[in-house]
Amino acid sequence: MSAINQRLSSWGLNSPAARRNITGYIFISPFILGVLIWFLVPAATAGWLTFQKWNLITAPRFVGLDNIENLFEDELFLQSLKVTTMYTLVAVPLGLVLSFFIALLLNTKIRGISIYRTVYYLPSIVPAVASAVLWAFILNSEFGLLNAGLRAVGLPKILWLQEPEWALPALILMSLWGLGATMVIYLAGLQGIPDVYYEAAEIDGAGAGNKLIHVTIPLLSPVIFFNLVMGIIASFQIFTAGYLITSGGPQNATLFYVLYLYRAGFLHLKMGYAAALAWVLFIIIMGLTVLIFKYVGSMIYYEDTR
Amino acid sequence: MLKNVGQRTLIQLILLVGAILMALPFLWMVSSSLKHELHIFQFPPQIIPNPIRWLNYPEALANPNAMPFHIYVKNTVIIVIVREAAVLLSASFCAYGFARLRFVGRDIWFGIVLATMMVPYIVLMVPTYVLFARLQWIDTFLPLTVPWFFGGGAFNIFLLRQFFRTIPEELADAARIDGCNEYAIYARILMPLAKPGLIAVAIFTFIDGWNDFMGPLLYLNSPENYTVALGLALFRAAVGAFGSAGGRARWDWLMAASTAMVIPVILVFFALQRYFVKGVVMTGLKG
Repeated sequence: MSAINQRLSSWGLNSPAARRNITGYIFISPFILGVLIWFLVPAATAGWLTFQKWNLITAPRFVGLDNIENLFEDELFLQSLKVTTMYTLVAVPLGLVLSFFIALLLNTKIRGISIYRTVYYLPSIVPAVASAVLWAFILNSEFGLLNAGLRAVGLPKILWLQEPEWALPALILMSLWGLGATMVIYLAGLQGIPDVYYEAAEIDGAGAGNKLIHVTIPLLSPVIFFNLVMGIIASFQIFTAGYLITSGGPQNATLFYVLYLYRAGFLHLKMGYAAALAWVLFIIIMGLTVLIFKYVGSMIYYEDTR
Repeated sequence: MLKNVGQRTLIQLILLVGAILMALPFLWMVSSSLKHELHIFQFPPQIIPNPIRWLNYPEALANPNAMPFHIYVKNTVIIVIVREAAVLLSASFCAYGFARLRFVGRDIWFGIVLATMMVPYIVLMVPTYVLFARLQWIDTFLPLTVPWFFGGGAFNIFLLRQFFRTIPEELADAARIDGCNEYAIYARILMPLAKPGLIAVAIFTFIDGWNDFMGPLLYLNSPENYTVALGLALFRAAVGAFGSAGGRARWDWLMAASTAMVIPVILVFFALQRYFVKGVVMTGLKG
């Protein structure tokens, strides 16, 4: 023990401050190692892969910028980018607004509220695969629930999964079933707003609409912002529904970006090309996040900066 | 807050309609899972199946066209249990450092924790696969468990750090005066007191592990190593298309298998609901 202490003090590591630092880094060392092994090593590998042609079996071959140049001539790449962007542009705002609206209603004190909260939340924890199998059935043009509903009110059936113009809307509809995950974060935020703010607004003569615009939305803006950023990041990574329900079809109408990336890497074994696709996705998501932070972030109201 | 009865009724009504829409897919799944094959194709659809056919469940879960599901369940349970141990130990250990210790660079590292929550991990899918292939871990459970020993996920570190910060410092100070070092304070004082937070993390870890599809899809090849999520996808491919399994798509079996996969998640939710809520509130973006 004393030998160790001597060694430590000879390095200047035996002062209380140094020992505190060592203890601190020992505690967070699993995370630091994790970042190195599962983040920095793959990121460096991805950088190297981008300049290789490699099918995982034969030796990788350096091809310079070929993978990146090929991107711009690849129609499927552009198609997948278009599909994912359209999906994000519709599904994210729709989900954000709808879940916010439901959270507002669920933040009232009416009878049966805890049952309602459960019913709205539960679909969001249903496993993605079970949800995909279920929705493949619901959207089935012959025997599905959705077309049975249309038929019951006298409307013609829609070929949800066979017609290119309907497949993406169908998957957006399906995504709304899982809005409980966003809703519950709003709800937690709403419950953190003290009643005194509303009481003060009422004394000033504010109605329900004014309270929403001048109290609820400003105080909830960090939560809205969080849901927006996370919603976009998640939306660009959508995979399971396109993979299991539509296989990217019909006519590539639901060829999501990650589905195309997955196929490039693991179906066609073009690891270098898949890495190039991944970099593009990374740049898009990072770029969007930075833009949102810059332009929307300044509109956020922070109650106190601790 | 709500003064008049009209407003109250309107909210009730909207919530009721919405709740029916949210519940319908569930009811449809369960109802279809108990229908006779022929009643699946009937219009208008039966709401309560007549006759109720429980046999769909054993037929789906041990089907000659696919692997029996108990193998998938066994695999998933092994993966989830190892992951729980990894996450609970590793995330709480890191969280203690961030919540209770002062050291040079702590806030920078915590910033990195928060930043990694926003990394789109799917962009690392290919190089991570290459890494696991080099390690010869493909078609083993190692890629689905080992990484969780390294911090247990940024979200869990964040959640537990928030939780640790709510526990009064005085308890630890008293232990320090009695000669306890930080490791003892972490293990003997903070961990027992953080039980609700740990349970919340355990629930999230269970649901993530049980539901995970991408991980098993990438790293597991042989059906006898498949998890429930992957097994259900395989089962759909086997009996879900026209002409497969010698005839029609068997939606009755598929709904039975899907229902069976959902049940454990729902049970965990209802059994541990209050911890669930606590977990969500904890990460309610404050502090």
